[in-house]
Amino acid sequence: MAEAAKMRRERIDRGIKARSDTIFALSSYRDMLYLILPRFLPIALLLCLPLFLGSSYWGKVVFYACIFALLALSWDFMASVGLISLGQALFFGVGSYVSGGFNFYYKWPIFLTIPLATFGGALICTLLLVPVLRLRGVYFSMVTLILPLLFDHLIETLEILGGTHGLLSLSPFPNHWMAVYIALIAVVGILFGFRKLITEDFGLVLRGIREDDRVVMAGGINIYWYKAQAIFIASAVGCFAGALMTHYYQFVGRSAFALDNTILPLTGAVLGGPGSFAGSVIGTFILVPLSEALRALGGLRMALYGIILIGALAILPEGIFHYMERKYHQFERDVRI
Amino acid sequence: MEILIYGITNSVTLALMAIGFSLTFGISGVPNFAHGAFYILGGILTWIFINQLGIPFLFSAILSIIVVGLLGFILYWGLMLRLRGLAINEVIATLAAAIVIIEVLRYLGFSGFTYVLPEFIKGSVPIGKIWLDYQRIFLVGIGIALIVFLYLFTHRTKVGLSFRAIAQNERTAISLGIDSDWTAALSLAFGSALAVVAGLAILPLGSIDTQMGYDILIYALAVGIVGGLESVPGIVIASIILGFGQIIVATFFKAQWQTIVTLAAIVIILAVKPSGIFGKYKELEERV
Repeated sequence: MAEAAKMRRERIDRGIKARSDTIFALSSYRDMLYLILPRFLPIALLLCLPLFLGSSYWGKVVFYACIFALLALSWDFMASVGLISLGQALFFGVGSYVSGGFNFYYKWPIFLTIPLATFGGALICTLLLVPVLRLRGVYFSMVTLILPLLFDHLIETLEILGGTHGLLSLSPFPNHWMAVYIALIAVVGILFGFRKLITEDFGLVLRGIREDDRVVMAGGINIYWYKAQAIFIASAVGCFAGALMTHYYQFVGRSAFALDNTILPLTGAVLGGPGSFAGSVIGTFILVPLSEALRALGGLRMALYGIILIGALAILPEGIFHYMERKYHQFERDVRI
Repeated sequence: MEILIYGITNSVTLALMAIGFSLTFGISGVPNFAHGAFYILGGILTWIFINQLGIPFLFSAILSIIVVGLLGFILYWGLMLRLRGLAINEVIATLAAAIVIIEVLRYLGFSGFTYVLPEFIKGSVPIGKIWLDYQRIFLVGIGIALIVFLYLFTHRTKVGLSFRAIAQNERTAISLGIDSDWTAALSLAFGSALAVVAGLAILPLGSIDTQMGYDILIYALAVGIVGGLESVPGIVIASIILGFGQIIVATFFKAQWQTIVTLAAIVIILAVKPSGIFGKYKELEERV
């Protein structure tokens, strides 16, 4: 004990990052590669993945992973405004049912229903959450936890929108490639879009609301308007994911509001590292293939997510991404004190 | 008359479901989203003790109350202690614990008509034109007794007062010599035990279904939000509003509309008075 107490771990930023957050003084190819590789390599890998896997079973898993990555990104965006959602299934379900409903009852083509579900669904979700915008923290989470379950009950008891049977034989995507690439490009685009947005002035206000909303209010900013905008953006992403999934399955049912659709993205985001967006994608791309590999476990998979969630919170609360980022950007050494 | 009787039993049922959750979250500030899971777990443990180990009902009931109470204590000491202060992580962690418990129970197949707890006394008694079974009368009695007990406990005993103290201002509580971790763990254990008591009173009216674990949590949240989480009278009033609301809607419209009452009540309350009917302390600080 006495021996260990004399050593201290020292962390020093690498030179390139230290100069500025946005302006880099690059002097060599090494410096450029140091900055570009961690951004370029994952994108290239992601976009090539379907080419290797084709439309096999694991090719489909890439699609599922993209869908849950979108939901996790949406969760992370709300979390960076301080709105912790426990109901991603709400966005997913509303998006699914809007696109499925228009396709089933009016026979609209999928290139009309998906955008409609994205923006119309986002509008519905935002209007649903506007009355509770004044709530913070745990109270907001409670309401978001309740809403999807109530929708589930509503559809079951009122027998609307196909009731317990769901809406069957919706129009599919023309082929597997199109679905996978739409999803992949959406994930990459939204990932970098969010990372950019959160550093802009708009994002600064959002992060301000998370840190201390009363200070932002004192600055003369209407935080409820900003929160509503953030929810609209996050729910548009969630609804888009739901709409894609609906047309991929060619089916929408009450399972869209199931707790799975909340817990998996939440676990992914917490495991990967909340607040970074990249962490959400990493987390879900670890979790979804894992859960597909463990399909034999059936219902126990939900319990597994719970265990992973507890483990991630207790052991690595900063998340995989922040951990990797720290290791990449900093030297570490033990110094004697 | 029908509405009155069913309304009362329904209200007391809701109050029983909410009471443990309200104790832990509202009174000592520890969110226990595993409440519904403990409720079901308590019922199933009792069933196992009675039917597989052959222990008489009373002892099995006490045993499962103790076991689940201990589990609640362990949940706090093993997990929540690491996350203390991060309210959101506490919520996520307890919800994750709830999912683990419920899904494992579901996987093991503890659901359906085989799993029925015995009633305290069989039979029923006529009140007016309605035959009311003894279990429901017991239920009302237990509910009222628990509410009175909870009120006295949190206002008259030292432990109860310290539960409220750590919710109001943890630092001041510590400076007055209250061990806040110990108190919070105790409160979680107590709330879990109350969940089992509620389960033992309510579950004999039907069969055990693991899915109910989630529904119980939602009813507890609804009662808590409507009534104001930190007050005992709030629980009573909210249960009466929701309980009678559900029965009236079910009688005059359709039984399916019952769930809407819960949602409507929550939305109206949150829009009009976000801290709940009786909520006071946290009106400015946490909700709005």
